[in-house]
Amino acid sequence: MSLKKTPLNAAHYRLGAKMVEFGGWDMPVQYTGIIEEHNAVRNAVGLFDVSHMGEVYVTGPNAKKFIENLITNDVNKLVPGQILYSPMCYEHAGIVDDLLVYKFSDDHFLIVVNASNIDKDFAWMQKNSQGAELVNHSSDVGEVALQGPKAHSVLQKLTKFDLNSLKTFYFAEFEVAGVKCLVSRTGYTGEDGFEIYVQAIETENIWNAILEAGQEFGIKPCGLGCRDSLRLEAGLMLYGNDMTENVTPLEAPLKWTIKFDGHEFIGKKVLLEKPLTRKLVGFELQERAVSRHGNEVYINGQKFDYVASGIFSPTLQKPIGFAFVPVDLPMGGEIEIKIREGKMVKAKTCSHRFYKRKL
Amino acid sequence: MTTMKFTKDHEWVRMDGDLAVIGISDYAQKALGDLVSLELPKVGRVLKQHDSFSIVDSMKASSDVYAPISGEVVTVNSDLNNNPQWINESPYEKGWMVKIKPANAAELDTLMSEDDYKKYLSGLGSH
Repeated sequence: MSLKKTPLNAAHYRLGAKMVEFGGWDMPVQYTGIIEEHNAVRNAVGLFDVSHMGEVYVTGPNAKKFIENLITNDVNKLVPGQILYSPMCYEHAGIVDDLLVYKFSDDHFLIVVNASNIDKDFAWMQKNSQGAELVNHSSDVGEVALQGPKAHSVLQKLTKFDLNSLKTFYFAEFEVAGVKCLVSRTGYTGEDGFEIYVQAIETENIWNAILEAGQEFGIKPCGLGCRDSLRLEAGLMLYGNDMTENVTPLEAPLKWTIKFDGHEFIGKKVLLEKPLTRKLVGFELQERAVSRHGNEVYINGQKFDYVASGIFSPTLQKPIGFAFVPVDLPMGGEIEIKIREGKMVKAKTCSHRFYKRKL
Repeated sequence: MTTMKFTKDHEWVRMDGDLAVIGISDYAQKALGDLVSLELPKVGRVLKQHDSFSIVDSMKASSDVYAPISGEVVTVNSDLNNNPQWINESPYEKGWMVKIKPANAAELDTLMSEDDYKKYLSGLGSH
């Protein structure tokens, strides 16, 4: 099967990106270097192609009821123009995917899901549709993420809309570089930033306009490599690594996204009743090495579970990651990680939020 | 610079007096991307040609580095432990990894010259 391509595929090759397969897509992992791109987002601004993400429109009188049942977070709390982050679970409380819900009105929502899960998610939504109308627009929509402390300044050059009025986790529809876009103040990097949705055929125009406007701020096109290191430092979970159908949102640590009161949802019963035995926490390796997804985790010499995500943090200049540990292991507890056959490395647990931006 | 020889696995070796200095090629460091840690062998370890003597960790993956020739490890570039990026910045100078005492100098003749290595790379296509 040939790899799927975003509307920016040719642009990536022209920019000399190193391309890799990601969830069935031909995507840039880096343009000039992961660390250089990572630092551009932390210190200035970076632009990502995230057109591979999936977009499902939900409409009709049952739209809100459908979402209320679908996700663990409470859609009733949303006002028009607001966005909600949530996992959606199976009955056994394992995670189907994590997603963003954009509310236009009580009978009109947009749900944004992970690229590699689009087909699975859409089938799951249809199965639980409760009469809501669902349309998968993933192939018609392009998306870029503009992230970093200079993102606001770059985007403001391209629109008359006052970006100061767009708060975190809100969205609005306005023209960017003369093209109608849906713009949300969201991201996956731990920095201020925007995610910009546009008709697929206009994606490259927006991409080029932003890169040009960002030149004076040191903008860099950024690949999936630094997207992973940035989100990990910021304590943001990645589906497939940290969340799977075998991980519940209580383990993940996504307790803040579960609203038990006020609504029924798929997986609620198990989440309320199943005893918690493990939890995902942050860790720091005690020597300079790198642990990666799937490495075995040992507690007092006994194999316990696995490393969910691991990376060498460019911002903190040390090896960090997320691992599943016993639920009663105290913060700062010692674990061991088998980073490869014959090589055990000590690590200490810590908060999964390694990096917080200064406000 | 004295003559460098290259392997198909993208290691280089050059003689410095009696010792063979070994590292990875510019092509290899570019293909790996930013290096963030590595494991060097112990001094005194005896390597056979093609033995894995080091593991280098990039942001995305970990890779073995193989001995271009047989010999005993005499010195390692331990400054790399805290500065693995030197391999990216200067693969043939600051980024050297080990010096070994060759067991069989004839093995050098089995390796590619710089010109042959360039031809070999062009045959691999672009990455």
